[in-house]
Amino acid sequence: MSQKQNIQLPEGSLGKQTTTLNLGPTHPATHGVFQNILEMDGERIIDAVPTIGFIHRAFEKIAEHRPYYQITPLTDRLNYCSSPINNMGWHMTMEKLIKAELPKRVEYLRVIIMELARIADHLVCNSVIGVDTGAFTGFIYVFEFREKIYEIFEEVCGSRLTTNIGRIGGFERNFTDIAFQKIKHFLDTFPKAMKEFETLFNRNRIFMERTMGVGGIEAERALNYGFTGPNLRATGIDYDIRTAHPYSGYQDFDFTVPVGTTGDVYDRFLVRNEEIWQSVRIIEQALEKIKPLDPSIYHADLPDFYLPEKEDVYTKMEALIYHFKIVMGETNVPAGEVYHSVEGGNGELGFYLISDGGRSPYRLHFRRPCFIYYQAYPEIIRGSMLSDAVVTMSSLNLIAGEIDA
Amino acid sequence: MLTNEIIKQRLKDKFGELVYNMEEPYGMLTFDTDRDNNLKVMNFLKEDEELGFTYLNDLTAVHYPNNIGKELAVVYMLQNIRAGIRIRFKVYTDISKPDVFTATGIFETSNWLEREAYDFFGVNFVGHPNLIRIMNVDEMDYHPLRKEYPLEDQTRIDKDDDMFGR
Amino acid sequence: MRPVTHNTKVKIVEAPQGYVGEGFFTMKMSEAIGLARSNSIWPLPFATSCCGIEFMATMAAHYDLARFGSERLSFSPRQCDLIMVMGTIAKKMAPILRQVYLQMAEPRWVMAVGACASSGGIFDTYSVLQGIDQVIPVDVYVPGCPPRPEAIIDGFMRIQDLVKSEDIRRREDDQYKNLLNSYGIQ
Repeated sequence: MSQKQNIQLPEGSLGKQTTTLNLGPTHPATHGVFQNILEMDGERIIDAVPTIGFIHRAFEKIAEHRPYYQITPLTDRLNYCSSPINNMGWHMTMEKLIKAELPKRVEYLRVIIMELARIADHLVCNSVIGVDTGAFTGFIYVFEFREKIYEIFEEVCGSRLTTNIGRIGGFERNFTDIAFQKIKHFLDTFPKAMKEFETLFNRNRIFMERTMGVGGIEAERALNYGFTGPNLRATGIDYDIRTAHPYSGYQDFDFTVPVGTTGDVYDRFLVRNEEIWQSVRIIEQALEKIKPLDPSIYHADLPDFYLPEKEDVYTKMEALIYHFKIVMGETNVPAGEVYHSVEGGNGELGFYLISDGGRSPYRLHFRRPCFIYYQAYPEIIRGSMLSDAVVTMSSLNLIAGEIDA
Repeated sequence: MLTNEIIKQRLKDKFGELVYNMEEPYGMLTFDTDRDNNLKVMNFLKEDEELGFTYLNDLTAVHYPNNIGKELAVVYMLQNIRAGIRIRFKVYTDISKPDVFTATGIFETSNWLEREAYDFFGVNFVGHPNLIRIMNVDEMDYHPLRKEYPLEDQTRIDKDDDMFGR
Repeated sequence: MRPVTHNTKVKIVEAPQGYVGEGFFTMKMSEAIGLARSNSIWPLPFATSCCGIEFMATMAAHYDLARFGSERLSFSPRQCDLIMVMGTIAKKMAPILRQVYLQMAEPRWVMAVGACASSGGIFDTYSVLQGIDQVIPVDVYVPGCPPRPEAIIDGFMRIQDLVKSEDIRRREDDQYKNLLNSYGIQ
């Protein structure tokens, strides 16, 4: 490392008035791998050129070589802070393709899991905004509740973070009593901690001055750039897939969609906080709605796609044949193209599936919200200071796995 | 109330024979149009008062190696946020000269989506301000998501294909 | 006055082996340095994807990594001892990882956390580096997808064992130099 290096300077760089700063791919641990090359005039940013692709894992190519039930672990790793939502979205896409009807209890259980994942995602994002403004305490307070959510996921599916939860047609096993106890315990203890988190930040003068008026975008430009999710709702447009194109029983629930006004970092923070409260409300309603339903149903009757119980496989003939057919890929999948979207932690996560009737998809494309709205980042930070650029980046909730797929 | 029938009628009235293959798989109106007509269709869908498809949801490409002369398809998906309606249309182009007009003048969203389609499939978007690779390394000289290229890295020497059943 | 309760179950670590006399204590230099180094490792979290979120959970209050001496996470390679590579490293990222490794000062240790960093994980594709030991030498591999925080702490404790028992002249001898040369690092 101590060799003399002759560095080639680019053309015209000695006479330039601005400095080039590389906000490089190795960020402090919280954000992810994307690079921004900033042109700066002192402390102000003149221009930014983002580079992505540092964690490109070729999901769309892998999906063409895997059977349908093996694509779920891939979808986990898109927005890995809220991976159950991605899993459910993929299962719903497949169910739309094969035109399957699900029992109500399965839909409500899915709603509980998706809203828990949404709470987990927003907790990470908001506490990281706090860390970027220097307030580490909120992060520590809030991660304890993320651990509680991880325990619930572990009870249902066995894994904490990248869950691979559920199957095409429902869940792999019924929710145990311990799982329901853990959900109730979470609902009892979480609101108090969330209020504590809000008192730390919402009217905190330093936080407000750091985040108000910073990183704003107007509603028209946001729509042109393809924003969805909390970032779009902070600009004032109430577009939420759960109300616009309801799926999995969301039409039976009573919740509001919070919107902001100016689209700056403070509005995004408040919108995410309010969404957490609405998710808690939805989970409470779902637990009520499950009570009168038959507690032994946890999957739909889809023998062609849903693996039968192991006891049946070892004793009954039809179950053995179905098991063999599903695993070897001999089931008849209808050919066609389908698009389904769910409201992920960052907005509209869409799955565009072209099936040719075979074992793997012909083409699977993920409409990833982070990838689409990260294009607006140079326009948002042009003219602001460097520290504002860092806070803006963390408020947009950019997850590297979702940008690069 | 905007329905698929009204949209179909308006498109037929405006473009006549240039829009064809109108279908509704799983409730979403899908049609094909000519390669050079894509911007006109998008502009019409965006600017028209009644239709109002002002949001570009997705833009991607598909490779059909068996359609000689029309191997690469570019798929656009538009959305009307107020009415909650989605619409999809495709243009086909030849793989030896895959030129398609760029949509960056109409929707800012299409900037990186077109770069991704170029990176993966090699579709050349005419008029794009910065058409370079976005996900893969810059030195890559082929377009990996085309069907003829394999998934795994062919330069590996430590994996035994007999054991892995490839 | 509240009665004082004494915690009688305190476990005290025993003193290291050495020669004790009136007012002095001698021990081997490498052991003393190893003891000091192993309890104050400053890691650099090179987090790229999902394993990075499990690392955040490890740093949080429930599975506290700071009690092992790594309270201060440095994000600059010049000031760290251990680089924890967490997450998938794509071929586009590999030169950057190598450059960060080259900027670290001796003695340095590398921990590969997760299946993707150890061997490429579930992504056997053209764009993913199949294990970071293709570009840098690795000391400890932690398997899992993602590994539980207990597993990451266990990997950290293995690094502590390596640090404690390392010979202080190891970085200058030929075996280590040959290892670095095989990676093309001078």
